[in-house]
Amino acid sequence: MAIQLEFLKSILYFSGLGPAELEAIGRLVFEKTADRAEIVLLEGELAENLYFVASGVVKVFKTSAEGKEQILSIVRPGESFNDVPIFDGGPNPASARAMGPVILCGIKKNDMEAILRDHPQIALNVIKVLARRVRHLVSLVEDLSFRHVISRVAKILFEHIGGEMGRGPRLTQQEMAAMAGTAREVVGRSLKALEEEGAIRLDRHRIIIRDKEALRKIMEVSS
Amino acid sequence: MAEMPITDVRKCDGCGLCVGVCHLNALTIVNKIVTIIETVECDWCTDCEAVCPTGAISCPFEIILQES
Repeated sequence: MAIQLEFLKSILYFSGLGPAELEAIGRLVFEKTADRAEIVLLEGELAENLYFVASGVVKVFKTSAEGKEQILSIVRPGESFNDVPIFDGGPNPASARAMGPVILCGIKKNDMEAILRDHPQIALNVIKVLARRVRHLVSLVEDLSFRHVISRVAKILFEHIGGEMGRGPRLTQQEMAAMAGTAREVVGRSLKALEEEGAIRLDRHRIIIRDKEALRKIMEVSS
Repeated sequence: MAEMPITDVRKCDGCGLCVGVCHLNALTIVNKIVTIIETVECDWCTDCEAVCPTGAISCPFEIILQES
């Protein structure tokens, strides 16, 4: 119980509450564990619980009919997920998968509503969490809608091909994201798309340009 | 020796998130610092880089032309 209270104290949702209030909330919290790659939430299902990551990492993602994955967020310890359906009553808008062994603290939807009724002062905390979530998603929508990120990533690859005499600069996905003005998650997806187009092949730490001309054509699509 | 992710011990705070996500168990925490287990062959999934909150792990890609 002591660890759980310390944990509850550290999360934004319950910021400003005293020990007695946190203890009361702690009684409503249940623990859930998941192994690596285990699905914690399935998109479209009825949302029953709000989750906080106590340890480990969870990725929240959408999957297309063709099986393509778009990561919406990576949730680290102290952060929550599945907030939106808990408050609007709709189904889970996205799926969530454990990226390694995780321990989650869950609160049932009805219990969360009771907590908000009993402690209306935390409503401002909840609004802050949801506002951050909206800001993050707006930024992701901007990346995916208006920017031809694939062209930019193709250009970055084209310009950083290692020469015959030696290795060119090695780039991380984070560095490519910074160069393309986008999120790391979008670069990952762009690389997969370029691989599907046959322009490149990902071979562990190597990006092998299979078709330089195809890469050039993708690169020349105006952004 | 297989290519492995690069760690920056100055940035690592020993949180261990990377250890949990590595499906090959190629990472461990020794004296509160991430350490690579060199005997494991990393498959470059880059999950460790993605989850690291301090940017202490990087998985850089070499970009090369396919030999014809």
